[in-house]
Amino acid sequence: MPSAPEQTPILEMRGITKTFPGVKALAGVELTVYPGEVHALMGENGAGKSTLMKILSGAYRADPGGEIRINGEVIHIDGPLSAKTKGIAVIYQELSLSPNLTVAENIYLGRELSVGGQVDRVRMRAECKGVLDRLGASFGPATVVSTLSIAERQMVEIARAIHANARILVMDEPTTALSSRETDKLFDLIRTLRADGLAIIYISHRMAEVYELADRCSVLRDGAYVGTLLRDELKAETLVKMMVGRDLSKFYKKDHDAQGSRGEVILSVRDMSDGHRVRGCSFDLHRGEVLCLAGLVGSGRTELARLIYGADGRKAGTVLLDGKPIDVHRPIQAVDSGIVYLTEDRKGQGLFLDMTVQENINLQVIGRDARRGGVLDLKKARSRALDAIKALSIRVAGPVVEVGSLSGGNQQKVLLSRLLETRPRVLILDEPTRGVDIGAKSEIYRIIDDLVKAGVGVLVISSEMPEVVGIADRVLVMREGYIVGEVGGTTGIAITQENIIALAAGLAHPSAPAA
Amino acid sequence: MSQETSSAAALSSEKAAANRQILIQQIIRTVGMLPILILLGIAFQLMSGRFFSPQNLSIVTQQASINTVLACGMTAVILTGGIDLSVGSILAASAMVAVIGSLIPDMGMIGIPLALFAGLVFGLINGSLVAFIGLPPFISTLGSLTAVRGVARLLGGDTTVFNSHLPFAFIGNGYIFGVPWLVVIAFLSVIITWIILRRTVLGVHIYATGGNESAARLSGIKVWAVFLFVYGFSGLMAGLGGVMSAARLFAANGTQLGQSYELDAIAAVILGGTSFTGGVGSIWGTLIGALIIAVLSNGLVLVGVSDIWQYIIKGLVIIIAVALDRVRSQGGART
Repeated sequence: MPSAPEQTPILEMRGITKTFPGVKALAGVELTVYPGEVHALMGENGAGKSTLMKILSGAYRADPGGEIRINGEVIHIDGPLSAKTKGIAVIYQELSLSPNLTVAENIYLGRELSVGGQVDRVRMRAECKGVLDRLGASFGPATVVSTLSIAERQMVEIARAIHANARILVMDEPTTALSSRETDKLFDLIRTLRADGLAIIYISHRMAEVYELADRCSVLRDGAYVGTLLRDELKAETLVKMMVGRDLSKFYKKDHDAQGSRGEVILSVRDMSDGHRVRGCSFDLHRGEVLCLAGLVGSGRTELARLIYGADGRKAGTVLLDGKPIDVHRPIQAVDSGIVYLTEDRKGQGLFLDMTVQENINLQVIGRDARRGGVLDLKKARSRALDAIKALSIRVAGPVVEVGSLSGGNQQKVLLSRLLETRPRVLILDEPTRGVDIGAKSEIYRIIDDLVKAGVGVLVISSEMPEVVGIADRVLVMREGYIVGEVGGTTGIAITQENIIALAAGLAHPSAPAA
Repeated sequence: MSQETSSAAALSSEKAAANRQILIQQIIRTVGMLPILILLGIAFQLMSGRFFSPQNLSIVTQQASINTVLACGMTAVILTGGIDLSVGSILAASAMVAVIGSLIPDMGMIGIPLALFAGLVFGLINGSLVAFIGLPPFISTLGSLTAVRGVARLLGGDTTVFNSHLPFAFIGNGYIFGVPWLVVIAFLSVIITWIILRRTVLGVHIYATGGNESAARLSGIKVWAVFLFVYGFSGLMAGLGGVMSAARLFAANGTQLGQSYELDAIAAVILGGTSFTGGVGSIWGTLIGALIIAVLSNGLVLVGVSDIWQYIIKGLVIIIAVALDRVRSQGGART
């Protein structure tokens, strides 16, 4: 039954089903989108959002039986090109630009203008200028894409879609790699596009973004359509319940007592510098403590973590474990000393996607487990994998499934298991819940809590403020390569978003309440 | 359309079907090109009437043996995402070393270890260029393709060296329990490669490095050691191939021996389903790939196809076989 009789939906998807060998990814899903609305699409990883969008964009074909209508007319999308000609454009998480070409050449990629067989760069640039100006871009059409920031590249993608007369714009987690200022700019842009009558399907795991932008929100769960909420009905509890199918009464699990479980100093970092991104950083991490490293994207948090782990070359600085200086110039030395690092780039630098869950989980301990001559102990590897799958409730058919076929949350748990198998004493987690669905998020918090109770020191880098406030015992804030302040712990300053943001943005120094 | 109230029985049967599908996929992936090998054999049998005769099968496997040995090393290299273009030249240089060594009075058997050592050293030089200097494998082994060919000619003073009393001639022409030594050596090479790749820590590190080099570095794998090993291993295998060639011919020639052998070895690996970008593949696939190439060469001669057409047909079969494989693996799309 149509809910808005005065308007024809620009897009209707009905009864969309998609079966992969072994998995039913979508079962009778529906989605209705009106022109001039931002329509959020939510659901855990593996709920079917990406599959649905891939069907819309022509990357996958739906099983027969469903139907897609645009402006009330039934259409058939039988490939990416046919989706494009019907006004559907997708801005992907992984940007799809050619970095060696100019902005104008990218916008015209595949439909270059020509004069007598020669590419007409002058006219291409002139025409792009209009679109770029309309979007408020600060760069010109002749700029080479590789010199642009991620946010600017995203703008090029949007410009390309608009230039191709897209009426339906799909954005899949567009803010993952953006700073908060860039995010604000993107949101302004999205509002402009909405005012122009475009329909925007917005996929995000960040609730705050959905509250801020969405006119309506549809929720998928386990490949099925759960329902659609209007803007006024959007509430965290309702949404979480729809996505997870149960209450998450205690989302940020923090059983350990911040003061009680904190033990002696385990890791000390002194005057760590790499010469440009990290400058003279010093801090202590205690046993049984969750220490968060907050700050804007680009403030040097990841770089600092990689220096401690020995992944990058350092200019100066020492690392002490239990008060004794240790030599960490290569990752293997860190691992051998009991320091492990969970990368923020799960697919690029963390997992071996073509290898099995079992191989991934055991990768860093096969050397220790091996029999003489480096012969693998496959029995032990299997039992380790089975134990880890159970302990971290990784949802997978068996230990010999390829990791690449798992959802983001389960992939993250596999990566985490690999690190935990080394029995680390210090765990550095870089954006541990990025691109992870809400159920797995809560489970990762539980794992962190258990580790802290067992006396492990945990350093968490996170850009999600509610997460920092929810799990940290103490927070260090970085800005432009320096550690500029601390909240929580013994400082007497409360761990609040306001206090952290004030430090991160360099606004003011929060002061301890007068006692 | 939606079956929200599917009963437990229906659900479990659905799950069983899914498992069956996964199992079938796994079998297809392991078996790979085996059906094509069998079909080719049957076709040549029907056309010539003597393809499956014991004598002919013995010839085919002997023809496949040297390429199989080279392809073992090549599999390890390609699994790391690299390539070794120099194996043909290393084979020639090692064969020269083997024959020259065999001419030393009273200790001619020393030709074997000398040749293996020569192959290993050339391979380690390739590996060092990749591991320590960071040269792209294609470039460094392209360089040694040419340079080592020159070394091979230099070794014999640009002539063919003979030894009609080659002490290890049995390797090239003898039998053990009715099986040619060449075939035994090739099969042992496959087994040893399989053990290294699938049963040792090193093997996991080879797959890991090829699958995701930056993740391998970050997890503490000594990527340089992996590179050094695979190119050293490939060189050693080429050295073994040199011994086998020399033993078969009682002679070695630096100019002609092993010309374009690297291409047959690469073709065997690719036919075997090993990914050119690294991280995915198996040594059994390579064995089947090497057999397909040998069967084609042998069968086309049996059927009486001219030399020129043999080239054209071999090339086309390689392209079509790999294209079929691509189409098939796309059928089982990843979710």
